[in-house]
Order: sequence, then C-alpha cells, then structure tokens
Amino acid sequence: MNRPMIEIRGLRKSFGTHEVLRNINFTVDPSGVVALIGPSGSGKSTLLRCINLLVRPDDGAIRVGDAQFTFDHAARPPKARALAAFRARTGMVFQNFNLFGHMSVLENVMEAPIQVRKLPKGAARDLAMTQLAKVGLADRADQMPQTLSGGQKQRVAIARALAMEPEVMLFDEATSALDPELVGEVLATMRALAQAGMTMVIVTHEIAFAREVADRVVFMRDGVVVEDGPARQVIDNPTQEATRSFLSHFHASPA
Amino acid sequence: MYEWDFSVLWTYRWLFLDGIIMTVSLTVAVVLGGLAVGLITAMGMLSGSRILKAVALSFIELFRCTPILVQLIWCYYALPILTGIELSPIAASIIALSCYGGSFYSEIIRGGIVSIETGQREAGLALGMTPTLAMRRIVLPQALRRMVPALMNQSILQFKNTSLVSVLAVPDLVYQGQIAAHDSFRPLETYTAVAVAYLVILLPVTLFVRHRDARFGGAR
Ligand SMILES: Nc1ncnc2c1ncn2[C@@H]1O[C@H](COP(=O)(O)OP(=O)(O)OP(=O)(O)O)[C@@H](O)[C@H]1O
Ligand SMILES: [Mg+2]
Repeated sequence: MNRPMIEIRGLRKSFGTHEVLRNINFTVDPSGVVALIGPSGSGKSTLLRCINLLVRPDDGAIRVGDAQFTFDHAARPPKARALAAFRARTGMVFQNFNLFGHMSVLENVMEAPIQVRKLPKGAARDLAMTQLAKVGLADRADQMPQTLSGGQKQRVAIARALAMEPEVMLFDEATSALDPELVGEVLATMRALAQAGMTMVIVTHEIAFAREVADRVVFMRDGVVVEDGPARQVIDNPTQEATRSFLSHFHASPA
Repeated sequence: MYEWDFSVLWTYRWLFLDGIIMTVSLTVAVVLGGLAVGLITAMGMLSGSRILKAVALSFIELFRCTPILVQLIWCYYALPILTGIELSPIAASIIALSCYGGSFYSEIIRGGIVSIETGQREAGLALGMTPTLAMRRIVLPQALRRMVPALMNQSILQFKNTSLVSVLAVPDLVYQGQIAAHDSFRPLETYTAVAVAYLVILLPVTLFVRHRDARFGGAR
C-alpha cells in the first residue's frame, strides 16, 4: 500500500474555549479525492485550513508529501519561512475566489511562480498560459478579475493555485458563492483535475458531485469525524444515524 | 484710508524665492518622513505583538494629542539635552513635523490596509508567500490606491504646518516675510503676498485631489 499523501494525526483546535476540532485523524492516498461534508459549524473549513496551516493547530501532526509539522501546546510556532514553504506545496481554492484585485488574470496566475518559485518572467508566463488554457480561460488573460463572471473567477483561482504545481489541492466550498447556472463549469474543472490524478480534499455541499467524483467521503459533526468510507457507501448507505439525518436534507435534489 | 503699495515688495523677490524654496523642500522632507513614520507605526499597530502595538499606539497618541508648536520647540530645546545630539533648527523641524504628520498618516495607512479583505492576503499565504511578501505585493498596492486622497489631504496639512518652523528661525516663507515686513515697514502687503504665495502653490494640488475624489469617489 502506498504511503498516504496527506496524513493527519490527533489534530485539535480551539478558538477560545470553543473546541472546534477534537482529535481528528485521517489520511488521503496519492491521487485520492476526499469529500468533506457536514453541517455548518462542524469544523470543515477549520480542518481544511489546518492542512495548509492557515490555521495553526493546538495539537497533532500534519504531513503533506514529505513535509511534516508537529504541534503541541508547548512548541514554539514555526517560522514564517517554513510555513510559507509548506503552503507552497498545497493549493487552496476559496469560496470567495480571493483574486488579486489590482492584477490582470494573467498576472494573478504568474504572481506566485515569480515571487515564490522565483521563475523567470517568460517561463512564468508560459506556465500561467498553460494553466489558464486548462481551465478554458486563455482568451481572458488580459482582463481584470472584476470583469469576469463568478464561475470564471473561480476557474482563474484554480489556475492560480495549479501554477504552483502543488502536490495537493484543497477546495473550501468552491461553488457556494456561484449562481446555480455557473456551478457546472467549476465542477467540470474540478472533475478534470481529479481524473488527471491530483490529490484533493473538497469541502462541499454538492452531495451528488461528492458521490460521483470523490472516492471517499468524510462526514464531520461538532469537530469529530463521524463517518469515513467509500463515497457511494457513505452517501447511499450511511452506517451512522447522524450521517443519515444530515443526508436526508439533500434527498430532495436529484443525484 | 490705507494706501496699498505692492511695488516695494519687488526688492525682496529673492528673499521670497529663498523662502518658497525652503518651504517646499521642508514639505517634501516632512511628507516623506511622515509617510515613513506612518508606515512603521501602522505596521506596529497591525503586528501580532502586544509590545509593538503598545509602543506604536503610545507614539501615535503622544504626537496626535500635543500641539505641533509645542513639539517643534520641544524637539529643538529638549530633545538634544535628552539624546546628547545637537540639532539644527531645520533638523529639529523635520523630526517634529515628520512625527506629528506620521501619527496622522499612520491611521490612514492602517485603515487602508484593514479595508483590503483578508481573503486576498490569505490567498497569497496559501500560494506560499510569506506574510511580508503578501503585504508588499498584494495588500499594500491596493491599500495605497485607496489611501491616496486621504494621504494627499494630510500632505496639504503638512505643507501648511511648515509655516510654524519660523519660531525656530528656519528661513521659510513666513520667516522671510517677517524680515521683509520689518525692513520695508509694509507688513500688510508683505503678509498678503505670503498668503498668496501659499495659495498659489496649494490651489493646483487641492484641485487635483478634488478632481480625483470626484472621479474615484463613486467607484469604491
Ligand atoms: N477564526 C475563528 N475565530 C473564532 N471562531 C472561529 C474561527 N473560525 C471558525 N470559528 C468557529 O469554529 C466553528 C467551526 O467553523 P468552520 O468554519 O470550520 O465550520 P464549517 O464546517 O466550515 O461551517 P460552514 O459549513 O458554515 O462553512 C464555528 O463555530 C466557527 O464559528
Ligand atoms: Mg466552512
């Protein structure tokens, strides 16, 4: 069996007295696609943001590829450079796109390869154009983000993350801020990425998409993993009552 | 009825010119100095460290809540005694006005930075940028654009505040005006001319700011 690409052990996080993550353990195999589902406030975003250390865990160990960080209450916080190097290996896509407002589409995608990977401009431009072509937006390279539709913005955000050639991609409700008719184009981009072998963790409310694209589904509630198994099994035949009750809200929408 | 006679001022034209050059150079110095002080204290206010925050806040409030005239005099007479470093009137003026202006620039800069959504900063961090790089490449360029009108207004105040340095005998426009007034026995004409000189320098700047505000005001 392959060594997992992502490995999380004993992860805990509190905000003040509110314990948001309580002893989370899970792994993602190379090229695996895990969908993280659960009710609002269950800690999905916090868990995702712990994987690239945008949120600093209180306790536990996180490994992505060959890079590992261990946390406990006593440990000194990691250095900014070490954190940055770690984050450069994971791509993240946010609900609100978060494109850089003062840069064109192309500059958005070129920025990190130039500033972080120190690629020469020409190489960064070629790389950026390749990624934009992948998400179908090569012809928008010179537009400003404000002139794009929500779906286009999110595809640019995906291209921007891919330009760092990450080992892992994290998606936090990438389609939740989109008009319904624009959801499909973003899901199609994510599906293509999964088929190309990218290791992905996807927080989503699109249960049908999770069932189709993810090979595993993890159901969270109140900061704990309640159920973790093959996507179809968890969604079609959940073993836990909490999972069943959560999924019953979605049965109205056809799969 | 007073007989206005501006023709006598022609004799003092070089004096006025020297004064204008001094005033404008001082303005350039205290705008740049003030921006530097403002940027540093704003970073202190935004830093995670409580100590840095407290130092920056104390500094800002100290200079915001005391009169600039008192600061000028204090910097010239008291600061050298505390530090043991002799200060020329010009150096003391630049220090006082930079710190005073900086305490106001600081709030403008801090406000501009927090107005840029944290999401863009996080996106930068997620791409592997250090917090410093994300600040420099993502947040500051956008914050600066938003800050320009307020920074311009504060710089206009900096320009006018340089008129106080004459208390330390710095030969600025006001100080040269005082000399001309004493010498010519024509204070009314002299100070009118001084006022007009300030107006003529400043008017284009304020009109520019107003024009900019009108253009960008609605687009935010
Ligand atoms: N920075 C923070 N400071 C304080 N509390 C926070 C912070 N971030 C998250 N929380 C709290 O932690 C809990 C879990 O939040 P999280 O965003 O991880 O939930 P979620 O599962 O992603 O929910 P949603 O589906 O609404 O996005 C919530 O109660 C939230 O209020
Ligand atoms: Mg969330």
